[in-house]
Amino acid sequence: MHDPHDHAHDQGHDHGHDHGHSHGHAPPPDDPSFRSEQALAARALRLLLEEAGVLAPGEVARQIDRMDAITPALGAAVVARAWTDPGFKARLMATPAAACAEMGIDLQGTVLHVVENTASVHNMIVCTLCSCYPKTLLGIPPDWYKSFAYRSRAVIEPRSVLAEFGVTLPDGIEVRVHDSTADLRYLVLPARPAGTEGWSEERLAALVTRDSMIGTAVPAA
Amino acid sequence: MSARFRPGDAVRVTAERPAISVGRPHIRTPHYVRGQRGTVAEVMGPFRNPEGLAAGEDGLPKQVLYRVRFPQPQLWRGYAGPAGDTLEVEIYEHWLEPAHA
Repeated sequence: MHDPHDHAHDQGHDHGHDHGHSHGHAPPPDDPSFRSEQALAARALRLLLEEAGVLAPGEVARQIDRMDAITPALGAAVVARAWTDPGFKARLMATPAAACAEMGIDLQGTVLHVVENTASVHNMIVCTLCSCYPKTLLGIPPDWYKSFAYRSRAVIEPRSVLAEFGVTLPDGIEVRVHDSTADLRYLVLPARPAGTEGWSEERLAALVTRDSMIGTAVPAA
Repeated sequence: MSARFRPGDAVRVTAERPAISVGRPHIRTPHYVRGQRGTVAEVMGPFRNPEGLAAGEDGLPKQVLYRVRFPQPQLWRGYAGPAGDTLEVEIYEHWLEPAHA
């Protein structure tokens, strides 16, 4: 069986922080009114792990809060810094974790790989095997990113998918799809829009959408 | 650990690895690139082998991970985009063999 979900291939370095579980649900996971079979099983497992000393009490809840606090604004700030500071951009491309650390961003072991959109290449990210995503930089992925339709179509017909997102690229631009199948997590560094000369980092960051960092959108001024 | 391949090298993804597949369902090499010829785009360094990690082992020895680039029209019959479109996949070294032109 090839489980399409999020599991063990990250063991050993980032313990699932980049996986596709949706934590955006309304009731907190330990809300006793949340009584699905899965919720009960998860609670039982957590209690057992706490009892065995594997998890500290509250550790799961703290990690969920931590993940929920990460939004695409973090990635947007990184992109805006790269647009305005060539030295930072070079460091971001070469040593992404160290560059993010300069901005106080802890990637928690994620091996980030930055791909830059240029006049000749447009990059687009997908994980066909599950839903690998740079969660420690962009937060929880959108539902469509985890959908079977996106995961299959993004590799087979990327330009049709892009068109549905409102992005039409001339044939002269190479569309390069990155299937995030293993240890790397990808960030698209979009091209800085024309007409933004002299803009502040804050103002630029507001142009950088989540989708533009996945490669399914292009920022515009 | 030294990498067997360098950027620009022509490689082929192994078509089948039954010794790995049987009882070891956790494989990060997508089916659609198995048996396909590509070019090494970048050498990403050694990582623990997910096939072992998923089975509760230590994933050692580490495997060098590559980003391998494939021409889209080669992967998909009837690919609708231009011939220059590409796709990159992360492949561990033990899934790669040299390809000759």
